[in-house]
Amino acid sequence: MVNLTINGLHISVKEGTTILDAARKLNFKVPTLCNHPDLCVAGNCRVCVVEQLSAKTLVASCATPVTENMQILTNSLKVRTARKHIIELLLSEHKADCTKCYKNGFCELQSLANEYSVGDHVYIDLVPIHAHKIDKTSPSITKDDSKCIRCQRCVRTCAELQGVNALTVANKGKEMKISSFFDKPMHEVICTNCGQCINRCPTGALVERNYIEEVWEEILDPNTHVVVQTAPAVRIGLGEALGLNPGQRVTGKMVAALKRLGFNSVLDTDFTADLTIIEEGTELLGRLKRALVDKDPTVKLPMTTSCSPGWIKFIEHAFPEFLDNVSTCKSPQQMFGALAKTYYAQKKGLDPKKVVSVSIMPCTAKKYEADRPEMRSSGFKDVDYVLTTRELARMIKQAGINFDMLEDMKYDSIMGQSTGAAVIFGATGGVMEAALRTVYEIVTGREVPFNGLNIIPVRGMDGVREASILIENCKPEWAFLNGVEVKCVVAHGLANARQVMKNVRDGKAVYHFIEVMACPGGCLGGGGQPIPTNEQIRKKRTEAIYAEDMGMPIRKSHENPEITAIYKDFLGEPNGHKSHELLHTHYTVRRSY
Amino acid sequence: MKSSALKRVDLIFESVNVREILDKTLKRKPEEIIQDVLDSGLRGRGGAGFPTGMKWKYTAAEKNAVKYIVCNADEGEPGTFKDRQILDEVPRKVFGGMAIASKAIGAKIGYVYLRGEYKFLVPKLQEEMEIFHAMMKEMKHDFRLELRLGSGAYICGEESALFESIEGKRGEPRNKPPYPTTSGLFGMPTSINNVETLVYTVMICKYGADYFHKLGTTDSRGSKVFSVSGDTPKAGIYELELGMTVERFVEEFGDGDTKAVQVGGASGFCVPRKKFRDTIIGFEGVPTGGSMKLFNSSRSMYNVLHNYLDFFTEESCGQCTPCRVGCQQLLLGVEAVKRGERNSRYLDELVKLAGTMKISSKCGLGQSVGNAFKSIVENFKEEIIY
Ligand SMILES: Cc1cc2nc3c(=O)[nH]c(=O)nc-3n(C[C@H](O)[C@H](O)[C@H](O)COP(=O)(O)O)c2cc1C
Ligand code: SF4
Repeated sequence: MVNLTINGLHISVKEGTTILDAARKLNFKVPTLCNHPDLCVAGNCRVCVVEQLSAKTLVASCATPVTENMQILTNSLKVRTARKHIIELLLSEHKADCTKCYKNGFCELQSLANEYSVGDHVYIDLVPIHAHKIDKTSPSITKDDSKCIRCQRCVRTCAELQGVNALTVANKGKEMKISSFFDKPMHEVICTNCGQCINRCPTGALVERNYIEEVWEEILDPNTHVVVQTAPAVRIGLGEALGLNPGQRVTGKMVAALKRLGFNSVLDTDFTADLTIIEEGTELLGRLKRALVDKDPTVKLPMTTSCSPGWIKFIEHAFPEFLDNVSTCKSPQQMFGALAKTYYAQKKGLDPKKVVSVSIMPCTAKKYEADRPEMRSSGFKDVDYVLTTRELARMIKQAGINFDMLEDMKYDSIMGQSTGAAVIFGATGGVMEAALRTVYEIVTGREVPFNGLNIIPVRGMDGVREASILIENCKPEWAFLNGVEVKCVVAHGLANARQVMKNVRDGKAVYHFIEVMACPGGCLGGGGQPIPTNEQIRKKRTEAIYAEDMGMPIRKSHENPEITAIYKDFLGEPNGHKSHELLHTHYTVRRSY
Repeated sequence: MKSSALKRVDLIFESVNVREILDKTLKRKPEEIIQDVLDSGLRGRGGAGFPTGMKWKYTAAEKNAVKYIVCNADEGEPGTFKDRQILDEVPRKVFGGMAIASKAIGAKIGYVYLRGEYKFLVPKLQEEMEIFHAMMKEMKHDFRLELRLGSGAYICGEESALFESIEGKRGEPRNKPPYPTTSGLFGMPTSINNVETLVYTVMICKYGADYFHKLGTTDSRGSKVFSVSGDTPKAGIYELELGMTVERFVEEFGDGDTKAVQVGGASGFCVPRKKFRDTIIGFEGVPTGGSMKLFNSSRSMYNVLHNYLDFFTEESCGQCTPCRVGCQQLLLGVEAVKRGERNSRYLDELVKLAGTMKISSKCGLGQSVGNAFKSIVENFKEEIIY
C-alpha cells in the first residue's frame, strides 16, 4: 500500500493506483476528457493536471501512479489557472456552435466549460483558420473535425477495442488531426460503422447520422403506413437514454411511446430473431450433415453468425477468404424489413409501396446495412430508416411524452410475438445460446442440459469464450451427430473477433460455430446505445436482458407460434425457396485498407 | 588579446586509440565504470542535463535480461550542428561510448537514431560499424549496433518519441513515469544518451573522472561542444570549458554589436545585453545543448520570436492541448499585437499562457516553448509591439 495526502486528507491505496483514482476514492472529482475507463491511458488533454508539492511541473493525474508520501492538491490556484487556460485553449479550436449542435447538452467539453465559467473567449478563434469540412459520406457516422478536441478516444477505441484502425492520427503540430487512410472520406475506408467511437467521443465531432426529421415526415404523412421494429437491446437502453438508471427494462413503456409517436404498427425485431434461429440453426445442421455424412469437401465450417453488420463489414475487409463461412442469413433487422413489405403487407392488405419500414436499433452499422444494395429483396428498400436508441429517445422528448408515466402496452400483431431466446440476442453470447437451445432440441428431442435453459458458459464479459456441448442419443434422422462434441466460441469487440479468426486461419483452434458481435458487450453496448458506457453499465444492461428472458412465457425460438404460422402460411420450410429469396444474402470482398 | 579569453578544450575531437580504451574498460566491473562516470560529474549533453552516471546506474539496477543503449543523434534543435561533426570526425569514439555503456548497464544491442537529414553520413557510419562489430567480436564483448534514421520531425529527438519512432509507431512522447531506465525502447530498460555525452564517457575512462571533474563549475562539470552561429565572424564548432558568462562568450564570438544571445536554440533562453555579465552558460544559469546564436542590432527580435513560434507550431507533435493549441495562440497572438488588433496587455495574457504551457505540457517541447517566449517578450517588449 502507498500512503499519500490529497488536499490534506490522508489515503492509503494499492501500488499502481493513479492519482485520479485515489482522488476519486476520497470523493474529489478531477475533470477529465481524454480519459475513458474502456481505453488505455492517454494523458493528452491535460485537464486532469494536479499539483504535486515539490514537483517542478503539474502532473496529469490520470497518467501518474501514486508514490509514497506524495502530497497532491487538486484545486490549488496553480491548478485552477492552468485548467482554465487549457479549457479555454480547447474552446479556441472547437467550433462552439452549441445551440445548433447535435450533442448540445451531452457534450463533456460544454459541461466543463460551464463548470469553470469560461467562454469569454480570451484567445483567438482558430476555427476559421483550419476550415475543416464535415464528412457526411457515411450513412452511419458524421465526422466534424471542427468539433474535435484531439483527445484520441476514438483512435484508441478503433485500435484497442475494435482492432480496425480506421481512425488514426495524422500530421503534427497545428495540422494534427484525426484522419483516415490517406484522409479518405469515411465511406471509402475500412470503418465498420460500429459507432463505438461515437459512444466515446466527448464532443460532437463524431455523431450518428440522424434520420429523425425524415421519420417524422413519414409518420405525419397520412398516406403512408409506417411500421416500426425494435431490436432486443433497445428495450434495455431506452430508459437510460431518457434519464433512468442503467439496466432498467422498459419494454412496455417503449411500445406505448412508439404508439403515441404515431407509428401505425409497433412490431418486434425479436420475432425475426426467432426466425433467424430457425434459419441459421437449419443452415448449421445442413453444413454439419454435408461435412459429416456427405463428406462434401466444399462445405465451409466453422460457420459464423451474421446478425452484426459491423462484424460483416469487418470480415469483408479483413478476412475475405472466410466469407463463405458466414451464415447466409440476413440479420433480424433485414429479415424483418423484407417481410414487412411482403408477408406483413399481404396479411394486412396493404400496398407495399405505401409501407414504410423503420427500425430502432442499438446500432449505427444497421444504418449502413439497410443501405446495402442487396437489401432490397422485397422489391423495395427493405428497411427505409434506421434510428438509434438515442434518436428514439430524442423523438420521445420532442413529442412531449412523459415516458416515466406511461402504462405498459403490448406489441401489435403480426410479427410482434417473440421469445426469451430472441431477447438475449442483445447480449454477447445470446445468439449462441438461443441457437443451442433450439438446435439441441431439434436433434435430440430434449432440452439443452443446462439448468433452466441458461447456458452459463457462453455468457459473461470475457472477450473470447469457448464452450462445447456433447450430442448424444439423437433422434434417428440426426444419428450422424451421435457423439459429436459441438465446439463453439463467442467473441465480442472486433479486436477479439480478429484474434479468433486468426486462430481459425492458422489452425490453432477448431470450431463448428462462431458468434461474433462487433461491439463490446454485444448489441447492448452498441454504437447507438446511451452514452456514457463502461463495463459496469454494460453488465447492468446484461443482467436486465437475462431477466427479460426469464420473464418471457416462451424461451425457445422454435416454440414461437407466430414462427410456426409464418412457415405454414408463407415461407414453406426453413432454408426453403422463399426463405432463400427473402431471408438470405451474400457478401462482398472488400480491400484491406 | 583580452584577459578573459575562454578556455578551449580538446577532448571530443582528440584522436585517441578507442580499442585501447575499450580493452581496458570492458574488463572492469560495471559498478566501477558507473562510479567513474558519477564521480566525473558528467551531465547529459542533449539538453536536459540529467547526470549520466545516474542514468546508467538506474538502468543497470533493472533485472531484465534485455536492455538497450540508444544514442540520440537526432540533433534537431535549431542552431545545433555539433553532433553531425562528431559523428563525421570521430564515429569510433561514439560507438566506443555505447560499448562502455553496454558494459555498464548490461545491454547487448544498441541503437543509433540518426537525424534523417544526416543521411549522407550513413555509408561512413555503416562502414565504421562493421569495424566496430569486428572489434567487439575480438574483445568477446556481446554487443551489436543498429542504425535507424529519423524522418525530419523535431519531436523524435525527445527520448520517448524516439523510442516510438524506432518501434515503427507515430513519434509521440509517452507519459512519464515510467522513465526510460525502467521502460524504454520496446518496453525494456533503456539508457538514452546524446552523441556528445557518449564521447565524454570514453574520455572519462581514458583520463579518469578527476580530469573531467576539475573542469567547469560545481553544477556544470567538464567542457561542452558549442555550435556558434548568427551574427558572428567566427561561426563554427568550439569545445569550451563550462562556467563562462555570456559576456565572455560574446567578447570572443560577438561582432561588437551583439544585442542578444539565444542560448539553447528554440527551446532555450534569450539573454539580452544587459544580462550578459550576470548570466552563466551552464546548469546554474542558462543551460544549452550546444546552440549559441548571436543577434546584433540589425535583427528584429519580433522576427526572431516569430520564427521560433512558427517552428513550434509546426513541430509540436500535436497530442497535448497546452502545446498544440498554446503554440498557435502564442504565434497568432504576437501577430495580432504587432498588427494592433490586440493591445499590448494581451502580451501579459500570453506570458501567463506560456507559464501554463511550461507546467502542464506533456513533454519537454511544450514545457520549453515558454523559455524563448518569455525571455524575448519580457526583454524586447517594444520590438514586439511596435
Ligand atoms: C523536443 C525535444 C527534442 C529533443 N531533441 C534532442 C536531440 O535532437 N538530441 C538529443 O540528444 N536530445 C534531444 N532531446 C533530449 C532527449 O529527450 C534526452 O533527454 C537526451 O537524448 C538524453 O541524452 P543526454 O542525457 O545525454 O543528454 C530532446 C528533447 C526534447 C523535449
Ligand atoms: S508538449 Fe507538445 S510535443 Fe510534447 S507531447 Fe505535448 S503536444 Fe506533443
